[in-house]
Amino acid sequence: MVLNLRLQLACSLVAAMALGGCASDEGGLQSQKLALIKGRGELICGVQGTLPGFSSVDSDGSYKGLDVDICRATAAAVLGDPNKVEFRDLNPSERFAALASGEVDLLSRNTTYTLSRDAAGGNGLSFAPVVFYDGQGLMVPKASGITSVKGLSGKPICVETGTTSELNLADRMRELKAPYTPLKFQTSDQTYAAYLQGRCVAVTTDRSQLAAKRTGFPNPEAHVLLPDVISKEPLAPATVNGDPLWSDAVRWTVYGLMQAEELGITQTNVDAKVAKAKANPNLADLRRFLGVEGDFGKQVGLSPDFVVRALKAVGNYGEIFERNVGSGSVLKLERGLNRSWKDGGLIYSPPFR
Amino acid sequence: MKGTPWWRNRRLLPLLIQAAVGLTILVVIAFLLGNLVRNLSAAGLLLSWRWLNLPAGFDVSETLLPFNAELPYWRALLAGLVNTLRVVVVGLVGATVLGTLVGTAAFSSNALLKRLARAYVELIRNVPLLLQLLFWYFVIFLSLPDGPAALRLPGLVLAKSGLYLGPSALVDGVWQGPARITLEFGALLTGLVIHSAAFIAEVVRGGVAAIPGGQWEAARSLGLTHRQTLARIVLPQALRVIVPGLNSQYISLAKNSSLAIACGYSDLYAVAETTLNQTGRAVEVVLILLGTYLTLDLAISALMNRLNRLVQIQER
Repeated sequence: MVLNLRLQLACSLVAAMALGGCASDEGGLQSQKLALIKGRGELICGVQGTLPGFSSVDSDGSYKGLDVDICRATAAAVLGDPNKVEFRDLNPSERFAALASGEVDLLSRNTTYTLSRDAAGGNGLSFAPVVFYDGQGLMVPKASGITSVKGLSGKPICVETGTTSELNLADRMRELKAPYTPLKFQTSDQTYAAYLQGRCVAVTTDRSQLAAKRTGFPNPEAHVLLPDVISKEPLAPATVNGDPLWSDAVRWTVYGLMQAEELGITQTNVDAKVAKAKANPNLADLRRFLGVEGDFGKQVGLSPDFVVRALKAVGNYGEIFERNVGSGSVLKLERGLNRSWKDGGLIYSPPFR
Repeated sequence: MKGTPWWRNRRLLPLLIQAAVGLTILVVIAFLLGNLVRNLSAAGLLLSWRWLNLPAGFDVSETLLPFNAELPYWRALLAGLVNTLRVVVVGLVGATVLGTLVGTAAFSSNALLKRLARAYVELIRNVPLLLQLLFWYFVIFLSLPDGPAALRLPGLVLAKSGLYLGPSALVDGVWQGPARITLEFGALLTGLVIHSAAFIAEVVRGGVAAIPGGQWEAARSLGLTHRQTLARIVLPQALRVIVPGLNSQYISLAKNSSLAIACGYSDLYAVAETTLNQTGRAVEVVLILLGTYLTLDLAISALMNRLNRLVQIQER
């Protein structure tokens, strides 16, 4: 007990000294995670790894995708270099443990934002803004002639274990009073292999993922997505709950990408916008957003120009979307709900002020 | 022993050393447990078991124990355990039969049979079990044809929709029979039996080899055939050597069954993984897993030890 007290005293003394020492510099804010990442010189990002458009390895051996770009934007914001990222492929059931144990700093792995995952009494994650609004769908072979979820009654359905898809499927089939056999696999590769081999009549997960996986099938035209959307799946990056400053850094880096689209700032014109902001003291909004004035960067534990760094690395949210999953990709997904709120979508950043 | 200082006391010293070692172990365990509890409470996650009574919300396929998503987590885990027990029990029987056949084939006078048994053991022992399970499921079982093209063997139909035992018939393009085994269970069972049988075969071979050649010769001179010699003279004596070795192979099989998820079978481990993921109660779920597999293996051990006492030479 005495030893404990002494230890605590010593610790608070050291902490007080450390705080005192850097109060002028960091505003008294501390983040173990940020310090760790900066010390390591690398961000460790957990991704899916085999999902075209979101995170997959390209023919040149580098990771590409929307989830990957979120990692790169964060690495650029924290370390100034979008390439200082180490990617770890995680399957659905190991992802939360990997994040909680600190094996990865950031989970950017098409993960649905839910209460039980966010809650401190549940999985205890801290979610960044939603980067893709999705819904769960089902894919069947065209030849099966099945046109709705009801048609799947009594049939085996392939699903990845440890996902919201597994739970939503159980809920919907229960609602429909339709018996079915869930065939569960640990990785998406196994799930789709079993589906393609004809072990199950349908495979279910987020619709974007089904579309993405279908591009890799030997014969993509032979498979159709059922029109039913059986759930809402807001996909968001996540950090651990215990480090608010690190969570803020990720959150506002992502918001920065969204705000930039709203303001018309792109990867190519960001330098010109910075120059314009520097030359014109009246553009207060733009100056604060780009870190020309104010201390927003510092408030979230990053450098003043963190948004500029992220934009230079990957472009704004709209550019990331189009390049990876939209018109500039093989997936050719509509932006739909993922348009900026100004165009009738749900992508909306709180003000940078 | 009067006058001997305590540090040279041969009766006291071992006791002291044992006490010291025991104490050290207790302190280490206490430290680890204390550490766990401290860190968990710091993270607001004290051990709690109330979640076991919450509805699971996910389905488990092919349960012997009736289960649906409205039932609580503990029922899901129990359904998983029953699935595990099913594959372990059937697997133990299958692996023992196959292992004994292969092990004794090493003493056959048929050179081809002898070599085949050898090749089987070497091939199976040296390939990781996980790989073998993936092979059985994805390469062999999922490639089975369906409908009228299904493989028909006497008393067994192998189709993509399942393995049908007994007299089965095709009704409207769907196979129907008295007993259907799913491909997932089939692949897991096949993988486990074939893998464990290779090890059991070695244990059996070792046991038979330990019987002096004189026993074979004596049996032959009495006019017994090769099979009679093996069944009535050699194997009963060899059991004394075989049973302790079998024990660890049986335990291995029970533990290896936790690879079930590789071929989509919902065993205890697969259900526990989903549970862990949905509840976030990692420590509790892992403790349950540890406790269950430990109990299962200790039970197998206890049974085997009893069997071992039975086959030992009874001194009269």
